[in-house]
Amino acid sequence: MDLVQLIQVADSTLRLSTPLLLACLAGLFSERAGIFDIGLEGKMLAAAFFSAGIAALTGSVWIGLLAGIGASLVMSAIHGLASITFRGNQLISGVAINFLASGITVLVAQAWFRQGGRTPSLEGPERFGSINLPFAEALSGVPLIGPIYSEILSGHTLLVYVALLLVPASWWVLYRTRFGLRLRAVGEAPEAVDTAGVSVIGLRFAAVAICGVLCGLAGAYLATGQQAGFVKEMTAGRGFIALAALIFAKWRPWYALGACLLFGLLQAVAIQFQNIDIGGFIIPVQFMDALPYILTVVILAGFVGKAIPPRAGGEPYVKER
Amino acid sequence: MDKMPAWADATLVPLISLFLAAVLSAFVIMAIGENPIEALMLMVDGTLMRSSGWGYMLYYATNFMFTGLAVAVAFHARLFNIGGEGQALIGGLGVALVCLYIPWPHWSLAIIGASVGAALFGAAWAYIPAVLQAKRGSHIVITTIMFNFIAAAVLNYVLVNVLRPKGAQEPATGFFPDATALPSFFDMFATEGSRLFRNSPANITFFLALAACVAVWVLIWHTRLGYQIRAFGERESAAKYAGINPVRITVIAMLISGGLAGMMAINTTMGEAERLILNATEGAGFIGIAVALMGRSHPFGILLAALLFGFLYQGGAELALWTNIPRELIVVIQALVILFTGALDNMVRMPLERIFLVMRRTN
Repeated sequence: MDLVQLIQVADSTLRLSTPLLLACLAGLFSERAGIFDIGLEGKMLAAAFFSAGIAALTGSVWIGLLAGIGASLVMSAIHGLASITFRGNQLISGVAINFLASGITVLVAQAWFRQGGRTPSLEGPERFGSINLPFAEALSGVPLIGPIYSEILSGHTLLVYVALLLVPASWWVLYRTRFGLRLRAVGEAPEAVDTAGVSVIGLRFAAVAICGVLCGLAGAYLATGQQAGFVKEMTAGRGFIALAALIFAKWRPWYALGACLLFGLLQAVAIQFQNIDIGGFIIPVQFMDALPYILTVVILAGFVGKAIPPRAGGEPYVKER
Repeated sequence: MDKMPAWADATLVPLISLFLAAVLSAFVIMAIGENPIEALMLMVDGTLMRSSGWGYMLYYATNFMFTGLAVAVAFHARLFNIGGEGQALIGGLGVALVCLYIPWPHWSLAIIGASVGAALFGAAWAYIPAVLQAKRGSHIVITTIMFNFIAAAVLNYVLVNVLRPKGAQEPATGFFPDATALPSFFDMFATEGSRLFRNSPANITFFLALAACVAVWVLIWHTRLGYQIRAFGERESAAKYAGINPVRITVIAMLISGGLAGMMAINTTMGEAERLILNATEGAGFIGIAVALMGRSHPFGILLAALLFGFLYQGGAELALWTNIPRELIVVIQALVILFTGALDNMVRMPLERIFLVMRRTN
């Protein structure tokens, strides 16, 4: 592997990690508040389609972004209604949302564009353009730091930087604000929060809404940033990889960044090299594809540091009378 | 005292949920500019008015019975097995190995061998998540989701690198020997005059699925093991107090569940394609969730729900053929059924319970 390849892999790692990171932080807020969400995939998919579709129709990526977030929020509202208001099974609700998004996106895409479940290719102002960070040109000649700054960090779309900034922001909200403290408490001991006179239902809906906004960003990035338009099932399991990353990160923001970069790196390496030959022993590309899931199972099994989910996760809260 | 009589719980709740799902689906069809009544007529016409339509419906229903039963058995132990898809994929591998490498003299022996292969492979794929749940406390929903993806990768690898015949481009095994070909409904029921079930994939596996329904019914309600599974599902602490080993029940329930999911592959792999292809399951493992929820985890309910989804699948294919409504409409209906019968169950149940309470008071 030479330097050019190394830079390419690092560059695409950042690109591929972004949707994972946004979805992972989305899941973090929801699950920290005690609402399990296996519907990240569906929310991303709905956001991907509606952002690309509306961007194609209006010619503005910003209106598209809003539509994507809106679609994701509708899915969140369904999840909240089922799992908070009607105290239904959160896992089943998540499964339903994944299927709902997977069907609705193709149905509407076919009705709007008649292109077999895809949107037209987005061009110019219909997608997010790449941003060159200040001094990227000037620094590119400097050894080591130059290529890292100008080739790897610079030249991504806006949402990549938003995702990276959301990591400290999430940490600050969760660990340095009153809202964050209450949100974490409601995922561990909702009865205590209730006793303190704070609405459990309100907090959980807030968490689910934040989750919807972040999934909306993730989906919009996929369809209008990383790629130019929506294609059927374009999330391709990223919502589940994000879920895996969340467990890998043990429900913490900074660890989430690490986990998502790791899983993004695995994807980048799998795309770049296909089968990897290490001293005559060939690692098949399928193994690289499956590695995030295998790692998650190992972590869940508690062989490498136990991942303990929020205590009240998955349990609907019933007020005592 | 129960708020609602058992018959209402078993019939009214799923029927109202189904009605809500149907109404919303009709709105969806209208929203994309098509006529829901015409769509329904087309589905009925393409499915129930032709024997080949029936053949496809029963073929799909066979898949959904197996995966629905798989989810239901796990539900009885209060385990949510989302891994039916992966277990069915790996079950297909079992079927393929049995059919390709054992020289079967007759299909009747081959189907027994394939059943064993499919069930063993499917159960093996459910075994690791089961043990991790029972002994290490890792959440079975997450591990089975992960195992779905790992199964897809494993199958991809095996088909591309190991089982693909030399020179073939497509990632699939070679065709199975003729002796393993299962009799289709056309072979069994067609006469010179009638030509029943021509060009349709329904085959003898349908009866195997019916037998599985009966077997699960006997297991859950008429054996000691079934009682233990239900007791464990109802209240784990009480079951433990009664001397039921939670690790053992979790693992056994998941093995049965995985085995049933795996047996679905007999229908798709041996009965229809007669070779193992990538994505032989086509999401049937997930439809099992909707089928089990709608069928209230009872084999008879599952039979009815599987027939309904078989109808929807074949009808959906007809719609995609003749109208501008893509097949994905069925995925939306499936999602709505899961939503209403599963997650929003209380929304339907609470008003019903209130009505029954009022009626009881006035009597």
